[in-house]
Amino acid sequence: MARITVTVNGADHTDEVEPRLLLAHYLRDKLRLTGTHIGCDTTNCGACTVLCDGLPVKSCTMFAVQADGREIITVEGLATGGQLQPIQQGFKEEHGLQCGFCTPGMMVAATALLERNPDPSEEEIRWALSGNVCRCTGYVNIVKAVRWAAQAMQEQAAPEEPATRQPATEQAATR
Amino acid sequence: MTTTMPGPEIHGLGHSMKRKEDDRFVRGRGTYIEDVVLPRMLHMALLRSPLAHARIASIDPSAAAELPGVVAVVTGADLAAHNLAWMPTLSGDTQAVLATDKVRFQGQEVAAVVAEDPYVARDALELIEVDYEELPAVVDPHAALRPAAPVIRDDKEGQDTNLAYTWEAGDKAAADAAFAQADVVVSLDTHYPRCHPSPMETCGCVADVNAATGKATIYMTSQAPHAHRTLFAMVAGLPEQNIQIKTVDIGGGFGNKVPIYPGYVVATAASLLLDRPVKWIEDRTENLISTGFARDYHMHGELALNRDGRMLGLRVSMVSDQGAFFADAQPSKCRAGLFHIVTGSYDLTAAHVTGRGAYTNKAPGGVAYRCSFRVTEASFLIERLVQNAAYELGIDPAELRRLNFIRPEQFPYQSATGFLYDSGNYPAALQKALDAVGYDELRREQAEGRAQGKLMGIGIASFTEVVGAGPHKDYDIAGIKMFDSAELRVHPTGKAILKIGVQTQGQGHETTFAQIVANELRIPAEDVLVQYGDTDNTPYGLGTYASRSTPTAGAATAVVSRKLLDKGRKIAAHVLECSPDDLEWQSGRFVVKGTPEQAVTIQDVAFAAYTNHPDDLEAGLEGVTYYDPPNMTYPFGTYVVVVDVDPETGVWTVRRAVAVDDCGVRINPMIVEGQLHGGLAEGYGIAAMQLITFDEQGNCIGSNFMDYLLPTSWETPRFETYAMETPSPHHPLGAKGVGESATVGSPAAYVNAVIDALTHLGVRNIDMPVTSAKVWQAIQQASP
Repeated sequence: MARITVTVNGADHTDEVEPRLLLAHYLRDKLRLTGTHIGCDTTNCGACTVLCDGLPVKSCTMFAVQADGREIITVEGLATGGQLQPIQQGFKEEHGLQCGFCTPGMMVAATALLERNPDPSEEEIRWALSGNVCRCTGYVNIVKAVRWAAQAMQEQAAPEEPATRQPATEQAATR
Repeated sequence: MTTTMPGPEIHGLGHSMKRKEDDRFVRGRGTYIEDVVLPRMLHMALLRSPLAHARIASIDPSAAAELPGVVAVVTGADLAAHNLAWMPTLSGDTQAVLATDKVRFQGQEVAAVVAEDPYVARDALELIEVDYEELPAVVDPHAALRPAAPVIRDDKEGQDTNLAYTWEAGDKAAADAAFAQADVVVSLDTHYPRCHPSPMETCGCVADVNAATGKATIYMTSQAPHAHRTLFAMVAGLPEQNIQIKTVDIGGGFGNKVPIYPGYVVATAASLLLDRPVKWIEDRTENLISTGFARDYHMHGELALNRDGRMLGLRVSMVSDQGAFFADAQPSKCRAGLFHIVTGSYDLTAAHVTGRGAYTNKAPGGVAYRCSFRVTEASFLIERLVQNAAYELGIDPAELRRLNFIRPEQFPYQSATGFLYDSGNYPAALQKALDAVGYDELRREQAEGRAQGKLMGIGIASFTEVVGAGPHKDYDIAGIKMFDSAELRVHPTGKAILKIGVQTQGQGHETTFAQIVANELRIPAEDVLVQYGDTDNTPYGLGTYASRSTPTAGAATAVVSRKLLDKGRKIAAHVLECSPDDLEWQSGRFVVKGTPEQAVTIQDVAFAAYTNHPDDLEAGLEGVTYYDPPNMTYPFGTYVVVVDVDPETGVWTVRRAVAVDDCGVRINPMIVEGQLHGGLAEGYGIAAMQLITFDEQGNCIGSNFMDYLLPTSWETPRFETYAMETPSPHHPLGAKGVGESATVGSPAAYVNAVIDALTHLGVRNIDMPVTSAKVWQAIQQASP
């Protein structure tokens, strides 16, 4: 067993874990944060995406011990004070989800995208989310949801000034 | 039919209300099967066969049983002692729960480990010693049907071949006579390949059999909880009132969660034996290699036409690859589902269709993957045939369709294979799609481009579906008739709870069904709670698949609402001290005719139902309806896909994907459009990449998402959707169902587009998935 300390959604957790325990299982089974879903076991589907020190990672392909000393954000950490964050609101407004299983990973990946590129084009959104599979929506409304969030966040951030456009990264970190 | 457009506060028909279920999902607060945790719960893992066909000489579980943390190892022999080693399939066949004699496909369930920890359960699987004697694997269904083929189902008495079933529909003599008169016969051989629905959530269950109470509560990924409860009762011999199926949230189904899988049965048996809850969750590979696959039809179609393009007759023969057990999830009369809808949108007065099913050493299944029982295969075949006939005759593919459509005035239309199409307007859908895509201009561009070596293609599919099973006389699941139900109670404060027999897996029932009540009773949809998926607390129903929720339970919801309104009128008359005949129902209020100031709202009526009801009426405002549809519904539409093909690489990209859909009246247009987007994406996946195949030894290729490719946001086309509305004449709301239209209709449009780009090179067919390698090869072979 190994002793780890991980910050998850702002709270510190110290636990004894088996070295082989996957981060996804640590979050789900140990911390009971079941919003992070497991869809494929092979890093293809992205349902288990969480932020690790701000970068989207697939938590089914990372050991809990590798998260020692790091800061993890899961879907449960997106909303603050009961208020939906713009990406969550955007997914609801634009019907960007159906069964809801891929949605947490999709929203976490979108959060990372908007962090580095607050005004992404459709092309940039599709590339950034291409490591997250959805079987229900056909992606059309997911793209719209991310655009909705981008606009809402820009309006929130600086209603009088246009937000500065960050250069788009070449490739999504989750790809 | 009610046609009033509601105000936004009511959210009745035609309102794109935001979904009620979304608030929990976007917070990560849904409860899916893997999220269910019970006290003292154990974890189960299944040992699966590495071989496609082998005799089991021995199984030694002793080392596994000794691993610390392991509570039990279960083998087929253990189940056989309780008469549970085999179970019935939904097609009247049998399927091994845990193998006792032979393994018949790679991935078949052989043994189970139950342990305190899921990792330990997996560890223990490695310690089970199975001695297999390998047998030759039969992977080609045509070879399987030859006399010399090894018999796979030697467990079945009298089964001395690999023939699973034979089936036919239509009139052979009439079809042959039509062909004798034809100027032209166009034929096509195509394999609609095996694919897998692959919902994002795999299958699983938590079985909790309580020895103290005798109650078996089974949380499971089920698209049909009530039917599953009855089947559990029949298979396991448990009293049905002591079985409760609970579904919690389901992470997509698409047909994959209709059958009962061995894992559910073993987990329940283990819980019964151990008196502790047992959880079983598939991993993705298990889901892909063992649970309900779809399609795998080898089809031969022939279309007879006059030189001027008039279709005379259709002949189809098909061989289906059923895998090791015939487990198609379909009505028991329908050996090949509704494949005989293969005459499609055309006035084909003579047709004959035959089918043979072959047992092979592959996983069983044959589920209706986002489709109404094999209608997808049928739609694909006729739309590919029509496209090729157009090339043969030198008639534009759109024009050939227009020439042969069932005309709007011909409805209701009796088809040559026995369907009564309820309503349709096929020429209008085609025209709308052609106008939207700019068809004539694209054809001009195509002609000019060809001269410069450019490969661009336009593919059309004018599909007709048959959904909403079903009228009880023709449709059942394992003998249970396919009606569906709704139970509605309006509480004293005017808030309502609706319970339905169908089961959402993402379709948004909590919203759509609340809107139906809102439309009928003018109670705001926000005030209507929709419940489903708990067999103890919802009326009996057959579940959600085959686009049946709106046609059946949606109709039941409208009918039960109207029953409550009838009672409400009597209560209103009592309150207003007038005759019920003196009242008018005006948008949520009963109003005394001629004196509009004398009125009560539906909320007033609800309160009175519990506080001031007339002596000659029962208290309360509650009812239940079991709705048996008089006919199926027939959604239709036209899809037009435009592709550009790179002549050097064979890579094809979708430039345009235009979809015109007519599913009758749309309850929530936002949800309808979302369903269409999803179906168009899955149709693209099937046409372009989704393939489960096998090598000669029966090893499954496509056993994970690295090999079984699903379309991502990057490849998936941008869809352009358009609506038409031809109401169903027999549905209380005029609605038809929509969840599967786009998966049914779109694969032919994508494939037709690629073929259309290559037709001048003489290419007439490329089987799905249409990979760039196959396209490149076709170009190479065609070029001089």
